[in-house]
Amino acid sequence: MLKPGVKDLAKYPFLAEAGEYLRDTGLSLDNLGDPDWKPILERAYGRIVVASSGQIYSPDIERLDNDSEILSFIVAIILLKSVAINTLTRRFSLAEARRAEKYLQQDLWAGKDKKNLELPLKIIQELFGIRVSIEKEEFVINIPDYLKRAVHFHEKEWKLVNRRVTNGFVYLTAHETVRLIRTELGEYINSKIQSISINSIPESFSERVQDLILLAKKFPETVVVSSEYPPCVKHAIEVLEKGENLPHSGRFLLATYLLARGQSVDQIAPLFKNAPDYNERITKYQLEHISGSAGKGTKYQCPSCDKLRSENLCFAIPDCDGIINPVQFGKKRKN
Amino acid sequence: MLEKNATLVEGAFKEYYFNRFDVVHVPVRASEREFGYQKINSGMIRHLAIKNDKELHLLLMKEIPSDVYCSNAYYSFPNLPMAEKDWKGADLIFDIDAKDLALPCRKDHTVSKCTSCQNVSTGEQGKCSLCGSTKFESASVICSNCISESKKEVKKLIDILTSDLAIKKEEIDVYFSGNEGFHIRVTNTAYETLGSQQRADLVDYIMLNGVIPETFGIKRQNSSKILLPTADEKGWRGRIAQNLFTTKAKTSRLTKQIISEGYQSFQLRLEEIKQSMGVKVDPKVTMDIHRIFRLEGSINSKSGLSKIQCSNLDSFDPFLEACLLGEDEVQIISNCPLSLKLKNKKYGPYNNETVTLPKYAAVYLICKGLGNTL
Repeated sequence: MLKPGVKDLAKYPFLAEAGEYLRDTGLSLDNLGDPDWKPILERAYGRIVVASSGQIYSPDIERLDNDSEILSFIVAIILLKSVAINTLTRRFSLAEARRAEKYLQQDLWAGKDKKNLELPLKIIQELFGIRVSIEKEEFVINIPDYLKRAVHFHEKEWKLVNRRVTNGFVYLTAHETVRLIRTELGEYINSKIQSISINSIPESFSERVQDLILLAKKFPETVVVSSEYPPCVKHAIEVLEKGENLPHSGRFLLATYLLARGQSVDQIAPLFKNAPDYNERITKYQLEHISGSAGKGTKYQCPSCDKLRSENLCFAIPDCDGIINPVQFGKKRKN
Repeated sequence: MLEKNATLVEGAFKEYYFNRFDVVHVPVRASEREFGYQKINSGMIRHLAIKNDKELHLLLMKEIPSDVYCSNAYYSFPNLPMAEKDWKGADLIFDIDAKDLALPCRKDHTVSKCTSCQNVSTGEQGKCSLCGSTKFESASVICSNCISESKKEVKKLIDILTSDLAIKKEEIDVYFSGNEGFHIRVTNTAYETLGSQQRADLVDYIMLNGVIPETFGIKRQNSSKILLPTADEKGWRGRIAQNLFTTKAKTSRLTKQIISEGYQSFQLRLEEIKQSMGVKVDPKVTMDIHRIFRLEGSINSKSGLSKIQCSNLDSFDPFLEACLLGEDEVQIISNCPLSLKLKNKKYGPYNNETVTLPKYAAVYLICKGLGNTL
């Protein structure tokens, strides 16, 4: 890869070259434990705390002290390894990915005229195997590379049908290009952290390690549940109430959804009474199979929004944005 | 199927598989694919490995299947259970079936057979005119309109595959399905490793599903940045522009009109465009990366016609070219209120009468449930 400079490493400290940089400085882990380096430890700690709250640590790169940027990232990794709580590492990885995403985007955008794109494009290509080329003001990637990443986004504008597509390629803005690899970048940073092994840490780090353990213990996810049914389930109930025929897939949706919401077979069965082909015994039998209480004990899950769309059972409303399964409807995460 | 019918049909299939090795071949990379087959009146046997034509021909001779299938997927171990096969990739496949096209001709060539008294009548029935039963089996017989409309869908699909997805013509194989539609197979390594979800998004692209006005700069709130497509653009943008702006002269007037009509009416326009321009493929088939798909050259037991490759789609006549069973005459009783044309010869209508027919026509009627062996 093109050799990144120290300023590049400050932006992208997860690159392998950051390790070389550390070796070149001649610093060891013990050195970093020295009180002189306390500001680095504090910056590293701060970096993790910011990440854990879902924020992005992003100082102004122009006025940045490159060395402390790189070193604080390395120290942060050492702290995370000692804390050894996956949730914290994952939050840090994602936040760092989003931080790098900002710089990647700036670098792509600033470089597009000056042909100064080697580094950002190489990062994308060498870490994630995506070839990005530039056409006029747009970034171009091939359809399979696009689809493999974009299907994880649930906003409609990421659907291939809503992109400009020509000759096997998809056209993106700088922002969209880096957004596409955010998850992978997070996973890459996460796996880098996982792969590092550390035997012991300087004594001076242990207080911050304890602080982080306490911090991570406060992470329970609070979920607010609304009593509203998603529109697909409402539709299924309406069809049945009218005594019209609901296809098998619609009945399956209704049953799995209500079971997932904690209703019992006996509570659900009466819903099907109006179906033109209702048979109490068969309904019970099928519900028991779906719930896993009969048959081989397999409990069937509620079908995904994707699947329902393809079965024409999806009647999405704005509140459906961002969910991939009806059971997520109305549940909002509070951070 | 009744036992006596099965004997006749099986005999005709056996003769075909014995005489027509020239049209029944394993596809490329056969040893990485899973095969399966069904026999008349019995279940599916799958997870088979067949390495070459010789092994395939041996199986066909020995088992005389009613239907033969082969995976679009490539596996390291095609004959192991699904979880252990080690999926490596799969051809992109598409199924275009006339029954999904909502064509007005359907009612004219669909017959309903009462399951209680076997009475046969044309069109969709609510109640049997003889016994009053409400249970029917329906069968659709050959219709040249269905075939020509399906061909239009195939052409729309090929246009998108070649110009939008950059798939080469020689990577696309088009087959008559053996009944009422076409199967399209794409062997292109770039798309081979796409998973099910990714194929679902690709299908939505092809069908124009989920397209939103925002893609063309039309927002719910008024916006100054309208990006209506122009006819010289590639992909759907260009196609939609050609549909919206029939002539250059009208473009500016129509643009103003579209903008002033607003979001919801543009959404309706897109819905109409989707109905006319979106390709009507069966999304479930393309999304399925473990499917076993009818093998080319094999007979479709819904009709007795063969799934065969169409080298020239325009001139392709399935009722001539895919009708490959024997010509010896056999006697059957047929109850078929419609007439049909096979191999350029007209058959029917038959009113519960004994008729002497060439084997291909007799098998066709039996497979459709409109005839019985004596």
